[in-house]
Amino acid sequence: MARDLSVRIGSLTLPNPVIAASGCFGYGLEYDEVTDLSSLGGVCVKGLFMTEREGHAPPRIVETPAGMINAIGLQGIGVHRFVKEKLPLLRERGARVFVNVCGTTIDEYVEVSKVLSQAEGVAAIELNISCPNIKEGGIQFGCSLVGTGSVVAAVRKATQLPVIPKLTPNVTDVASFAHAAEDAGADAVSLVNTFLAMAIDVETRRPTITNVLGGLSGPAIRPIAVRMVWECAQEVKIPIIGMGGITNARDALEFILAGATAVQIGTANFVDPFVWDKVLAGLDDYLERHHFERLSDLIGAFDPTPPKAVHA
Amino acid sequence: MPPIDVDARVIANRRLSRDYNVLTLSAAEVGARTQAGQFVMVRPADMTETLLRRPFSVFEVVRDDHGAATAITILNKRAGRTTNRLYDAEPGDRIACLGPLGKPYTPVAPPQEAWMVAGGVGLAPFATLAQALAASQTPTTLFYGARSDQELFHLDFFEQLGVTMVVATEDGSRGERGRVTVPLERALQSRTAGSAMIYACGPEPMLAAVASVAARHAQPCEVSVERTMGCGLGGCYSCVIKVKHADGPAHFVRSCINGPVFDGAEIVWD
Repeated sequence: MARDLSVRIGSLTLPNPVIAASGCFGYGLEYDEVTDLSSLGGVCVKGLFMTEREGHAPPRIVETPAGMINAIGLQGIGVHRFVKEKLPLLRERGARVFVNVCGTTIDEYVEVSKVLSQAEGVAAIELNISCPNIKEGGIQFGCSLVGTGSVVAAVRKATQLPVIPKLTPNVTDVASFAHAAEDAGADAVSLVNTFLAMAIDVETRRPTITNVLGGLSGPAIRPIAVRMVWECAQEVKIPIIGMGGITNARDALEFILAGATAVQIGTANFVDPFVWDKVLAGLDDYLERHHFERLSDLIGAFDPTPPKAVHA
Repeated sequence: MPPIDVDARVIANRRLSRDYNVLTLSAAEVGARTQAGQFVMVRPADMTETLLRRPFSVFEVVRDDHGAATAITILNKRAGRTTNRLYDAEPGDRIACLGPLGKPYTPVAPPQEAWMVAGGVGLAPFATLAQALAASQTPTTLFYGARSDQELFHLDFFEQLGVTMVVATEDGSRGERGRVTVPLERALQSRTAGSAMIYACGPEPMLAAVASVAARHAQPCEVSVERTMGCGLGGCYSCVIKVKHADGPAHFVRSCINGPVFDGAEIVWD
């Protein structure tokens, strides 16, 4: 690949814009055998609290048209075990590690972020203020402009690492939340987390998953996510990491053209753990076909001129 | 060895009944790496209505005269959209096949005996296991339970390998009427010496019963579980099952990478 796929997010330079999405890639090491972790723009690991969490009872997922609903409940090993058991191995492999930070209180977000700041090998903090599946914390901050600002400002003060709040789409005007994050000192925003959703087993008249409600991901949500990224891109100057149903380079480009500096891929990795090389090759191919030297020239390059009404 | 993703073709589709079929897939590279009890994540290439792959035990590794793997088969039972599509598959259809995945059964060797316990579609991992056990000349028995005579398959295959067959059907149309755990327990009670490794695969209530019977008779037992699975590689945390933990409370582990084969005594059954 001769063309330049690198992008900048605050002080970070990534060799390419393709990041594994939190909650869809374990702690990265699960994919060590099938993917060169250093070849990804970044690896965003599963959400971490201060302590271990058991998560919800299964079943935790159900398939829906062009997507899936999940309510895992943020099962995780906690930040201390992560730093001790996983981070050194991720460093060895040259992964750029984004850590998805969770909290039930602002203090917990701050404490987890401090632990990560003192560890070697964390590239950035993604603040999970948008998980729809747990009762306490998270979403209560992400659904309030004041809450979003408070969490971001508190973590901003506690760390030198880039701070990237992950926004929920389950609000009326996501751009105002991006704005609140920017005002509070966020280095970037990532969006969207999953859409709160529900599927009923009509044969049993019962829920399909134990938690009843879950988060919808996959291609089904992509057009809404693209719209939200575009709205945010017009509202904020900080970089946007876009995601929602990306399965190939074409989908990734849609987000980049709408204004995303980087993208995350989640659900598609479940279907094809070899998706990464295919997306990177597809981006390179696009640059060649369209005579661009740098992928960064495409960020926000969407042209709103209306399409022609008839086929040429 | 790392799993590989093969863009396989359907070589043959043997429909065994109105619900069951055996698909032969041109995934020789997967077959060459497979150990008994491992699985593949499968998705018909032209499925538009569903996204995720489905887990299937590797049923048989098809080999040529020199013993080289040429294909694998999977035992499919119609239960939903993907399994219906797999039932209807025709030779030449493309099926993405990722594997082999997961922890295999631990094969035993003489003088230990092997007792396989299958319930319905839970027969799936036992063709390859029976072949491995036959190669080491391990005395092997298959306790095989199904709803009826119409849902008992491949009996000849196991008999030709020298496997002793104990059959039970819920309607009594073949073998003993009732659950297969009944003759299993009777066989355990009448044992006088030696050890038998019990391998089980089937519905979870059957696995729980087998694990409990094995524990009562102090025999080792490995069970293969099937939970709703998203990815097969440990990424999604969907397929968790509760296991006991020596240093603390029971906790959820991912059945795709910590299993699908577990020590039966380790699982906390629902």
